[in-house]
Amino acid sequence: MSILTKLFGGVFCMIASFALVNAVSTAHAQNAQPKKIRIGVEGAYPPFSKIDPSGKLSGFDIDITNALCAVMKTECVLVQQAFDGMIPALQTRKIDAVIASMSITDERKKAVDFSDKYYQTPARFVTKTGAKLAATPDGLKGRKIGVQRATVHDRYATDFFKAAQIVRYTKQDEVFLDMTSGRVDAALVDIVAAQQGFLKTAQGKGFEFTGPVYDDPKYFGVGAGVALRKGNDQLRGEFNKAIAAIRSNGTYKKIQDKYFDFDVYGTNSGTSSGAATVAAPAPVAPAVKK
Amino acid sequence: MNTEVIIEALPSYFDGVLVTLQLLGVALLLGLILAVPLGIARASANKFLSWSVWSYTYVIRGTPMLVQLFLIYFGLAQFAIVRDSALWPWLSSAWFCAVLAFTLNTAAYTAEIIAGAIRAIPAGEVEAAKSLGLSRWQVLWRIVLPAGLRRALPAYSNEVIMMLHGTSLASTVTLVDLTGAAREMNARFYLPFEAFITAGVFYLALTGILVGLFHLAEKRWLRHLAPRQSRYAVAVAIQT
Amino acid sequence: MLHGFLPTLIEGTGITLAVAFLSLIIAILLGLVGAAARLSASPVLRGIAAVYTTVIRGVPDLVLMLLIFYGGQLAVNIIAAQMGVEEPIDINPFVAGVATIGFIFGAYLTETFRGALMAIHPGQREAGLAFGMSPFKVFIRITFPQMIRFAIPGFTNNWLVLVKSTALVSVIGLTDMMHRAGMAAGATREPFTFYLAAAAIYLAITTVSLLILRALEKRVNVGIRRLA
Repeated sequence: MSILTKLFGGVFCMIASFALVNAVSTAHAQNAQPKKIRIGVEGAYPPFSKIDPSGKLSGFDIDITNALCAVMKTECVLVQQAFDGMIPALQTRKIDAVIASMSITDERKKAVDFSDKYYQTPARFVTKTGAKLAATPDGLKGRKIGVQRATVHDRYATDFFKAAQIVRYTKQDEVFLDMTSGRVDAALVDIVAAQQGFLKTAQGKGFEFTGPVYDDPKYFGVGAGVALRKGNDQLRGEFNKAIAAIRSNGTYKKIQDKYFDFDVYGTNSGTSSGAATVAAPAPVAPAVKK
Repeated sequence: MNTEVIIEALPSYFDGVLVTLQLLGVALLLGLILAVPLGIARASANKFLSWSVWSYTYVIRGTPMLVQLFLIYFGLAQFAIVRDSALWPWLSSAWFCAVLAFTLNTAAYTAEIIAGAIRAIPAGEVEAAKSLGLSRWQVLWRIVLPAGLRRALPAYSNEVIMMLHGTSLASTVTLVDLTGAAREMNARFYLPFEAFITAGVFYLALTGILVGLFHLAEKRWLRHLAPRQSRYAVAVAIQT
Repeated sequence: MLHGFLPTLIEGTGITLAVAFLSLIIAILLGLVGAAARLSASPVLRGIAAVYTTVIRGVPDLVLMLLIFYGGQLAVNIIAAQMGVEEPIDINPFVAGVATIGFIFGAYLTETFRGALMAIHPGQREAGLAFGMSPFKVFIRITFPQMIRFAIPGFTNNWLVLVKSTALVSVIGLTDMMHRAGMAAGATREPFTFYLAAAAIYLAITTVSLLILRALEKRVNVGIRRLA
């Protein structure tokens, strides 16, 4: 055998064995702990999920996740993921569930299954105060609309505001950053995320909501749910039971009160009511969805 | 493999290729123009010149391009002074910010490549030139630059291709280049394989063209440094 | 100043460095093998090495990382399912990141080493062979030591790029330093502060690297006259 063949063979064997050992040891470790699931979370969508200075995840989604896992008596490992990588990560088994304010829409249902909803908030445009921009396709013609990539807001803006330029960002706070610097004229965001993540902060001064509340179930779904792999009915059933449990035993209300002073769950019917003009997330928000 | 979706998304990929090539072309051109004098200065015996350039390349090469891009695009926009200044129409454009970041980056790397290549020229060549009475500029223009730039070719080909890949970072600041088109497709249809393999094929094609061009360039300009033919061929050549 | 995010940034730095070093080892081995193959007399080896460097250098690291990560995971799961293993075998992001980056930069180092090998006067090798040294001995005693001298500028470049491309592993879920800086920037709305901090940390890593590589360059250039 020539030197080269030996070298090739040696390197290959090394890499193969390294990978094998690691894969096997990980599998072994997993076999030792039966009930463990990996949950994809975003960590960049306050107040639903964010990272505090010490690197810990916190927020509404996180607290709900922990509460659900406690009820299901399962060990949950939180895995941080970019939002647009959540569903692919779920499909390739990197994670077993997604709890990241993901709206339950028919389009997504083609790729994944959802649990029952665990909250529901509407969407709205944010613009600079005094800009006098009408939230209509004509009013925003030629303007720049900022959205987070792969969200329902992205889909809605792309389909209905074709005359405007849709600018897509990886994270929601990048949208807000470019709003403050004036690079985009309007942003289509979830009301609560906009309110608490932007309008109430120092950078959000001088910005306001514009236009109607958006709640078309075709685009905005019937609320945010836990996304699971298609066919994973067992886990889905467990999550549904857990959601019902924390709703009834008061845990949900406790978590909700920590972040919001209104009911964020919304009504169950999910019927459209575009006439509901909401200046701020009102206590009762009939059929308004995120 | 869902080919229908790929075919449906192809127009956006072609648009993305256009954006990628624009970014790459402008950044490389401006970067090279900056890099040649910088490289010469870097390799010069004048410590002041050499060290000034060094501090620039040091900072640029020492930090990821992603950070440089974010500092220029997001970081600068944070300050009201910048937003109110005359530069804002430029700096508010994602395209301009990306080109600026890419140009500064490639200029630094290329300057170092050129400097290294100049230093690798056998000292005897320069001494011979000087002993023939050539002036410093003549030595530079006729001996150092031709020899140095040739030696820099393999490393520069690396740099050009790194830059091509670097343009994929433009998708992180809202530009829809080739990678941006792939990410949009992925976000729409949740098909990461189709989306990224398609992008990969496009990049491969672009790279293939670049590699081919550099191959031709090396064949022409580095002929004097290529590995020898087999000993048999040499023996035959000697005998005939 | 950093709003309390410093400890998590430092922790992330450790992960970044670990990924970088392990990848480098893999990359150097692949680079040497590849360069030798690229310059060998056998057209088959030249072909394989050319395909390797062409494909890897032809696709952005980001795209490769996503493909290898998601694709590799899927492939492993399919194989595992066929072998009857119930639990999903998880290739953790660390291993995936190291393997991918090592594989990618093996191709770049192949080119750097190839350029360095080509810069050595062919007569050196011929003289060694003429003296009866085996090709292996010629490589170890004559070619390789001289190759280092020419490879260092390119190698330095490759190493620096490698360190910085470790930032891309944050995409596949590894919470390295860049990832944490981004999170902090988002949380505090002060991107300039945190990206500057990230830049400073990378610069520190670079400083140490350059000091070491500069010392190495001086060492291997002993006795070589520089252009005056």
